[in-house]
Amino acid sequence: MTLQPRIPGLRLLARAATGLTYPLAPADYLLPFTQGSARIEAVTKPAPGVVTLTLRPRQRLVHRAGQFVRVGVDIDGVRHTRCYSVSSPPERTDGRFTITVKAIAGGRVSTYLAERVEVGERLWVDAPSGDFVLPEMLPERLLFIAAGSGITPIMSMLASLDARAAMPDVVLIHAASTEPDLIFAAELAALAARHPSLHLHRVLSRDGGRLTRERLAALCPDWSQRETWACGPEGLLAWLEDHWQGAGVGARLHVERFRPRWTSNLSGEAGRVSFRRSGCVVPSRGDRSVLELAEASGLAPAHGCRMGICHGCTATLKSGRVRDLRNGQTFGDEGDRVQICVCAPVGDVEIEL
Amino acid sequence: MTAYTHLSPAEIEAFGRELDAIRDEVKASLGARDAAYIRRLIRIQRMLDLSGRALLFAGVLPPAWLAGTALLSVAKILENMEIGHNVMHAQWDWMRDPKIHSSTWEWDTACPAAQWKHSHNYMHHTYTNVVGMDRDVGYGILRMSPKQRWRVWNLGQPVYNAWLAILFQYGVALHDVEFDRVVQGKKTWREAWTQLKAIARKTSRQTLKDYVLFPVLAGPFFAYVFAGNLTANLVRNLWAYAIIFCGHFPAGAHTFEPEAVANETRGHWYLRQLLGSCNIRGGKLFHILSGNLSHQIEHHLFPDLPSNRYAEIAPRVQALCAKYGLPYNSASFTRQFGTTLWRVLRLSLPGGQSLEPAPA
Repeated sequence: MTLQPRIPGLRLLARAATGLTYPLAPADYLLPFTQGSARIEAVTKPAPGVVTLTLRPRQRLVHRAGQFVRVGVDIDGVRHTRCYSVSSPPERTDGRFTITVKAIAGGRVSTYLAERVEVGERLWVDAPSGDFVLPEMLPERLLFIAAGSGITPIMSMLASLDARAAMPDVVLIHAASTEPDLIFAAELAALAARHPSLHLHRVLSRDGGRLTRERLAALCPDWSQRETWACGPEGLLAWLEDHWQGAGVGARLHVERFRPRWTSNLSGEAGRVSFRRSGCVVPSRGDRSVLELAEASGLAPAHGCRMGICHGCTATLKSGRVRDLRNGQTFGDEGDRVQICVCAPVGDVEIEL
Repeated sequence: MTAYTHLSPAEIEAFGRELDAIRDEVKASLGARDAAYIRRLIRIQRMLDLSGRALLFAGVLPPAWLAGTALLSVAKILENMEIGHNVMHAQWDWMRDPKIHSSTWEWDTACPAAQWKHSHNYMHHTYTNVVGMDRDVGYGILRMSPKQRWRVWNLGQPVYNAWLAILFQYGVALHDVEFDRVVQGKKTWREAWTQLKAIARKTSRQTLKDYVLFPVLAGPFFAYVFAGNLTANLVRNLWAYAIIFCGHFPAGAHTFEPEAVANETRGHWYLRQLLGSCNIRGGKLFHILSGNLSHQIEHHLFPDLPSNRYAEIAPRVQALCAKYGLPYNSASFTRQFGTTLWRVLRLSLPGGQSLEPAPA
């Protein structure tokens, strides 16, 4: 229950309500009567294997352009949670927002959303988060680089700039493997037609037009002077980061990853992992996350993003040390709260799961 | 352990592997149908709770008071048994729904969930019916096995037993404090004090809800709501007590010496769970109202499989018992509860070795 603390009567009422529903919160009391926090109102297919879901949340979604939401979906009775960028702008006024999902081969949630969901189904959507956003004070010149489904947060940003009638000098490099794979091609073309200051470049890798340093320099000669937002596959983001850092302008590049970037050396110290609550002990080579090990041994720990963002999976370390796979650092004191989706055991570990 | 059975160690392990196979098969088949079951049950429980409490506001009319009290009693029974007990057993963790998860569930009774999960899921389910290890064998106040030494104060246990039934939720709440071990110096007062504070916190909130807030909300009908809530809690206490005592104490149930669990294998553990547990026969509604503890044998063999599956597992377990020549203790409520009460009476006096079943 979120209530305005300034209204004392309401506050008292809320406390009384909590007393009446104890040990549950009043909202939790009614939760079983809801199937999810957002209803799917429309399903469209903007490109092959891609779906845009128009969602109406029960409570208005307040987000910044570029942020993502955690989306939970029940598949065969099991809740699966993934993060998806909001692809519509915050200025949208009809109480709805969209997410745009590309089916990944073998991706259980993305294929379900892209192929099986129907209008009327409900999803569990959490509060938005993420710092891949535009600053309050817009820079004069911007560069966006999007590849594949990486266009989704950038689409939200561009639509937001359009809605605020505040389109600065923007270069968008929009990459995909073929022309039909360009998500939002029509919408972006319409935006570019409306705003002469928006320069749209399409890069199609299947035609040999892969984005390279040379190609970048040709399309946007002043790239190093532009505040840049980039989103796409790891291969692209990795070289962009090197390139910007090499030019001494690393701080100007903002990236959004859909998957975590593991440290290059994943092999760790082998040992045994004890899941204390379930009494299960499994061998570990130190190269897989605690979450993956738990799932492989039949446990189903609560979790969310699987990339270290949402803290939906944190569990208490009882003994041993773990390695954060994102940066390779090891840590571990008894009682540490460990994000099990991005931490691998180092040697023997006991964890409260 | 071999003292309790005619089976050879190899046969015991084979028996265990067959049970493992049942478990794996059921686990792999869990899906949307099961998820729908528990969600629907929680919705029904909430509606019973709301309508029961609403009717009690009109409690000045006798039919409304009776109906309200009955609905609230059933709501509390469902919440504690088929929902709370089973959710806290992690039976529904596989759904990964953070709101129906063993780590987050808190229930409508005096005992804090965290303490319950220790005394029940760990102590009772691991060391079932092992005298001196499973605290459910008499709850520290009753002599429930001839293996327990008789003391003079056991003469009063029919009376203690009646009070335990009436105040069952508080008995359960104090269970994990282990006063006897504190007195013996095996557990520190500080530890016990921390637990007692948690129990006091929860009990006071529960008391505030049922005996102050809801009655006050009824204004002039304070007394009717108060009496309805008191009755519903009492009905829940008596029902939970009766079902739970039928789980491990009817005639034929084995109790064990601590030596039985030394170096125990998985097969032995299964066998001990079977020999120490008893089922109650009944219809579908009875099973749900008993939290499927009427399938106590299946629950003890597979404590974390969803309870809605116990009914379909039961015939397979029974067939397995027949194959290995093992007993399968299943009988009517009257027989199971009657022999349990007889055990309470008989063991209030010294001896009682005749209650020990023959080796299985």
